Order: sequence, then C-alpha cells, then structure tokens
Amino acid sequence: MVGIVIVSHSENLAKSVIELTSMMAGEARIAPAGGLEDGSFGTSFEKIQTAIESVYSDDGVLILMDMGSAVMTTEMVLEMMDKEKVAMVDCPLVEGAVVATIAAVGGQDFETIRRELAGVGTSKKIY
Amino acid sequence: MADRKKVIEIIRAIGVRMEECKDELTQLDQPIGDSDHGINMARGFHAVNQKLEQLADQDIGAMIKSVGMTLVSTVGGASGPLYGSAYMKAGMTLAGKTEMNQADFLEMMRAATEAVMQRGKAVAGEATMLDAMLPALKAMEAAAAAGKTTKEMLADGVTAAWAGTEHTKDLIATKGRASYVGERGLGHQDPGATSFSYMLAVIAEAYC
Repeated sequence: MVGIVIVSHSENLAKSVIELTSMMAGEARIAPAGGLEDGSFGTSFEKIQTAIESVYSDDGVLILMDMGSAVMTTEMVLEMMDKEKVAMVDCPLVEGAVVATIAAVGGQDFETIRRELAGVGTSKKIY
Repeated sequence: MADRKKVIEIIRAIGVRMEECKDELTQLDQPIGDSDHGINMARGFHAVNQKLEQLADQDIGAMIKSVGMTLVSTVGGASGPLYGSAYMKAGMTLAGKTEMNQADFLEMMRAATEAVMQRGKAVAGEATMLDAMLPALKAMEAAAAAGKTTKEMLADGVTAAWAGTEHTKDLIATKGRASYVGERGLGHQDPGATSFSYMLAVIAEAYC
C-alpha cells in the first residue's frame, strides 16, 4: 500500500488531518510530521524523515504539505534520502489527504494516486 | 586571509549577533510573517555553536557544510532550508581548503546566493533575503574587480546589503509567508534580508 505523509507547521493540524482521513480510510499507512520537536510551530527535517520511513515500502510514499517551509524542508529531506518512489504532491491538504488515503487503501499504485491528486485542486466544492 | 580558526570565530560571532537581534528580527516578522524569524535563527545558530568544537579539525568546506546541515534540521521555518542550502552549497565550493582568500570568498557567496534562488524559486525584487544578497554580491564582485582589498570589498558588500534591505520596504512580496499579506506588506522591512545583512556585517568585522 502506498504510504502518505502529512507535513504541516502545526502538530495538531497534521494529526487532525489524519484523524479526518480515518473516517473513510482507517487502514491507510499515513503518518504526521507536524510542528517542531518541542511542539511549537514550524517544520522539522527529522520529523519529516521519520514519518516517511515509518510508512515507506516498495509501493512508495506520497507527501502532502501545507505551505512554505513545509515544502522546502520536505524537498531537502527528499534530496538527502536515497529512496525510490517518494514524492511531494501539489494539492489542497485536507481534500488531498482524503483522496489519497481512500485510493491507497483501495490498492491503487503510486503513479495513479499521484495523477489523481494533481486534479484535487481543481475540483469544486460549491456548484 | 581566513583560516579554520577564523572561520570558527566568525560562525560563533554570527550566533552571538543572531541572539542579540533576535527580538528585532521577530518583530520585523510580526506584521508580514509568522513572528518567528529571530527565534528560529537564534535556535539554529545555538545548535550550530554546540557543534563547533567538534568541527575544529575539519577543512573549511566541511565546517560550513555542517553549519548548513544543522540549520536545516534546527531552524524550523523557511530560513532553515534557505540558509541551510546556502551554507551547504557555500561549503561545497571550499571542499578540502584550510584557508580562504578573496576569490574563494566570492565564489562561496555566489554559490550561497544561487542556492537561495534555487531553493526559494525566487528572484530579485520579491522582498526576500535575495534583495540583500544579490546587491551585496554585485558590490563585492565590483570591488574585487576594481582591485580593492578584502576588507574594503566586505565593507562595500555590507553597505549594499543594508541598502537592499531598506529597499524591501518598497517591494510587494510574492514569495513566502509575506505574499499572503500582499500590498499591506509595503513599508515593512524583510526579516530575511535583515538577518543576512547582520551576518555579512559580522563577517566584515571579523575578516581581515
């Protein structure tokens, strides 16, 4: 199963996004990387690294970030990590996490989920 | 010009300056960012300082690269990956060296500036630290080309960095957290440009 990592400046937000995904995809391999080691706001290189490793398998890991340094710090983790099939996805955090976990639990592969997430930002909430 | 001992002394002095200007940097970050730049930089350099002793017998390149790695893992905000990449790429240009001269310094600064541009996907005029780094680099290149001493070159760089920092007040941020504030950010000085200017000032004071 493809693993998912949620990177946020807020420890609570990362955990809550995962709580929300468990409503529809409780079995997903998903890990939070929110806030700094002491719980304050920010993004931690080590937390991101640990989260990726905790859900990593040959099926790969997709990473969703909130903004700014979450993106840059994740980028650096990926550059230093010698692993295949680990990538960031540019999509809204909450909707993306829900879509990704349902797809992962449903057995879809890395590339398929990646493509599906790319469209999440364009889907409408109000018609 | 600068040997290993000097480089360690400068890194330590940067840490002291970051601690001294912690509140100022954080206050600058308040209206346009997330009020953490000073805290983040002080935390990062505090961690750097704790590792400095272990670096004493390494070459200058390895020392500076190690500063970058520590900043990436301890700063916690956007300045972590930005300054982290800058120091790491800067260190790479000095691999194996135990002394650095004027040309080495310029090459290091070019690498650092390019690293920030690449990591932040930013260019000049977006109200970021680059608006201090780019003019400083240009001024120092011009000074070196004109045959000025390293001390004079650094003084020119510091003057240009502060002028560039001042100019960020007139710019609308299009990158980073400040871009969410948009036009309301006008009149505010960029915290990243400010911390860079302080850093270069410390180097200029110590380097001879």
